[in-house]
Amino acid sequence: MITELGHFALILAFLTAIVQMVVPLIGAHKRWPGWMAVAEPAASAQFALTATAFGALTYAFVVSDFSVQLVYANSHSLKPMLYKISGVWGNHEGSMLLWVLIVTLFGAMAAWFGGNLPPTLRARVLSVQSAIAVAFFAFILFTSNPFIRVAVPPFDGTDLNPLLQDPGLAFHPPFLYLGYVGLSICFSFAVAALIEGRVDAAWGRWVRPWTLAAWVFLTIGIALGSWWAYYELGWGGFWFWDPVENASFMPWLFAAALLHSAIVVEKREALKSWTMLLAIMAFGFSLIGTFIVRSGLLTSVHAFANDPERGVFILAILVFFTGGALTLFAARAQVMEAKGVFGVVSRESALVANNILLAVASFVVFVGTMWPLVAEMFFERKLSVGAPFFNMAFTPFMVLLGLLLPVGSILSWKRGKIGKALKDLAPALALALALMALVWVLQTGRSMLGPVGVFLGAWLVGGAVVDLLSRTGRKRDYSRLLRLPRADWGKAVAHGGLGITMLGIAGLMAWEEEDIRVAYIDQPFTVGQFEFELKGVERVRGPNYFSDMADVIVRRGGDELVRVAPEKRTYPVAQMPTTEAAIDYRFLRDIYVVIGDKQDDGGWVMRVYIKPLANWIWGGCILMSIGGLLSLSDRRYRVAAGAKKSRAVGVPAE
Amino acid sequence: MRGLLTGAALALTLALPVGAVEPDEILDDPVLEARARHISDGLRCLVCQNESIDESNASLAKDLRILVRDRLLAGDADSEVVDFIVDRYGEFVLLRPTTGGWNWVLWGSGPLVFILALGMGITYVRRRSTATPVGVEGLSDAEKARVKELLDE
Repeated sequence: MITELGHFALILAFLTAIVQMVVPLIGAHKRWPGWMAVAEPAASAQFALTATAFGALTYAFVVSDFSVQLVYANSHSLKPMLYKISGVWGNHEGSMLLWVLIVTLFGAMAAWFGGNLPPTLRARVLSVQSAIAVAFFAFILFTSNPFIRVAVPPFDGTDLNPLLQDPGLAFHPPFLYLGYVGLSICFSFAVAALIEGRVDAAWGRWVRPWTLAAWVFLTIGIALGSWWAYYELGWGGFWFWDPVENASFMPWLFAAALLHSAIVVEKREALKSWTMLLAIMAFGFSLIGTFIVRSGLLTSVHAFANDPERGVFILAILVFFTGGALTLFAARAQVMEAKGVFGVVSRESALVANNILLAVASFVVFVGTMWPLVAEMFFERKLSVGAPFFNMAFTPFMVLLGLLLPVGSILSWKRGKIGKALKDLAPALALALALMALVWVLQTGRSMLGPVGVFLGAWLVGGAVVDLLSRTGRKRDYSRLLRLPRADWGKAVAHGGLGITMLGIAGLMAWEEEDIRVAYIDQPFTVGQFEFELKGVERVRGPNYFSDMADVIVRRGGDELVRVAPEKRTYPVAQMPTTEAAIDYRFLRDIYVVIGDKQDDGGWVMRVYIKPLANWIWGGCILMSIGGLLSLSDRRYRVAAGAKKSRAVGVPAE
Repeated sequence: MRGLLTGAALALTLALPVGAVEPDEILDDPVLEARARHISDGLRCLVCQNESIDESNASLAKDLRILVRDRLLAGDADSEVVDFIVDRYGEFVLLRPTTGGWNWVLWGSGPLVFILALGMGITYVRRRSTATPVGVEGLSDAEKARVKELLDE
């Protein structure tokens, strides 16, 4: 019953979306206030209906209603509640429903908080956003309906893939989708402005908080996925340059570029057409990501069981929206002439450089991801493009970005002086060089990766500190720091976070230690400066799995440091083993212990990794997200949001 | 439709994550072993999704790891080992694509586009620095009315 209700709500939401797509658009064109005003209640209704549908599906998972095919295929009555719920989006149909729920959520938020937009622009934004929703509603209802019943309900389900039964992964998809789909609202703003034929500083200000929010969500989502890979996959890899990872990384890079170029639009009314293009491309790449995951065109560790029919449908959506938007863009390019004038050495130029680097880096990732397909189709070569390519081709642009960032971020607007910027940054530069030299001396005969990472990390963090201090004025009035706009703090924290992440990646890759051996009970062995001793392995029973749990003592200098318990689990229903690495998280390094198979002579395969600075990778991501949130909470945006509350009546007169 | 639904779980066919290199595979000579690890880092496990044989625990990956070590023990240079495997399995095994043939596009497109973008960026910035400032356009009548409306509230 509730399932049917959900199905019905989804169909109603689809119909509402069609109305919201058509009526306000005509209203905006003809300047009919009544028609434009349809958009707001429709956006709220659409969201409420989709939320009902999503709630109904969640309910089916929670009560383990195995008469619903999707629940049968992805759940099991013994599964812990958290994973029953996360099972809703741990599959193709449910995740598409979550996707469209977020599209409607952003549409509704644009309606709720968009009170300060000109009425025609708001109507058009909501209409375009609804057009996206229509496409995805149709996709779900016609190719991927989650509400299909089975005639004879089975006794129990087939369980969710055990690798996915993990808290990190439970929240990874929702955050990613919030990010991907958050970019849809930037897209809608861009298309609406193009239809409107007007792009000005105000547009830059409106679109920036949405971009910022989407970017923060993407950052968190990507970081969660990478952290999950680190602790779950059993050897501590954190990034694989897998097509689907790349698919989430490209929108992240584009969103980061958009975030910065929108500042130039807002402050200086320049870079307008480029910013438009970025807004379109950022969402376009989100759609490409969806296409890659759902079509099975590229082999990936993430691939959903896929189907050409669905792939073609998403390709059609992709072509329609990006193609349509780009055509509109080409037709309206003349309305976007730049106004601001700035010198060659200026903050504006630095932001242009930022955009070039981010866009080119994204392009490299794109080419590398698609190349196997191109090579097979056009040159009949079956080849692979793996991590070694990306590490070589992508990294230089990031290093360049890191080198330029502190300088660019303290240059003045309009006309800056490179000499002054470098003079201000001298302490940061000196510190970074000193640390690099120190590390270079300490490490023996290894790659440049470590020292370069240390330099970039110190340079970026130092640069962020200098940036903040430069705001205290000549007299170093530190109380000014507390009164700085939050956006300035956000900028410094996010840039520092990027440095920390870069340092973490370089440190982990350069100085990791590894030991693989057969360990025998009560026979200690040494890895690096640590001593490990396997005390025993016990068979324990979990809610829906069995586990071989080892007891390992870690010592340093004879003293017990920590006792860890790596596990090897078997999930009988899904018939799949997983490893649960035991990780001792520390500030400067992680100790990562994995237990493998039992050997005939009574020993156990044991892998031990010492992973320096591993936490810094995600620590930096957290800092970047906090920076984004700080910036998002800046007064400028709150004033804009608050403007709506002060208005007495809802419908604006035209 | 039906088949899809049953298989619709995220098909993480990736590494049943039990670990890759087994202790019994490791060579006694640490230098040779380091070379073996380096080589197998760049070779793709053919039955896995985007994993190197160094990371994969598939049995084919294990066979390849042992093959790499056998060739090294037989005295092959690193490049000879790689060639030996590419001869048998095709260039699909190379995680780092060659630069031969059309692959120059893959390797060259990043730097080329960067130079292009840099050129365009510099041109744009130059033009901006010499442009005459455009006066800020006044508001349209409709906008003036709306400003008044907002201020009156």
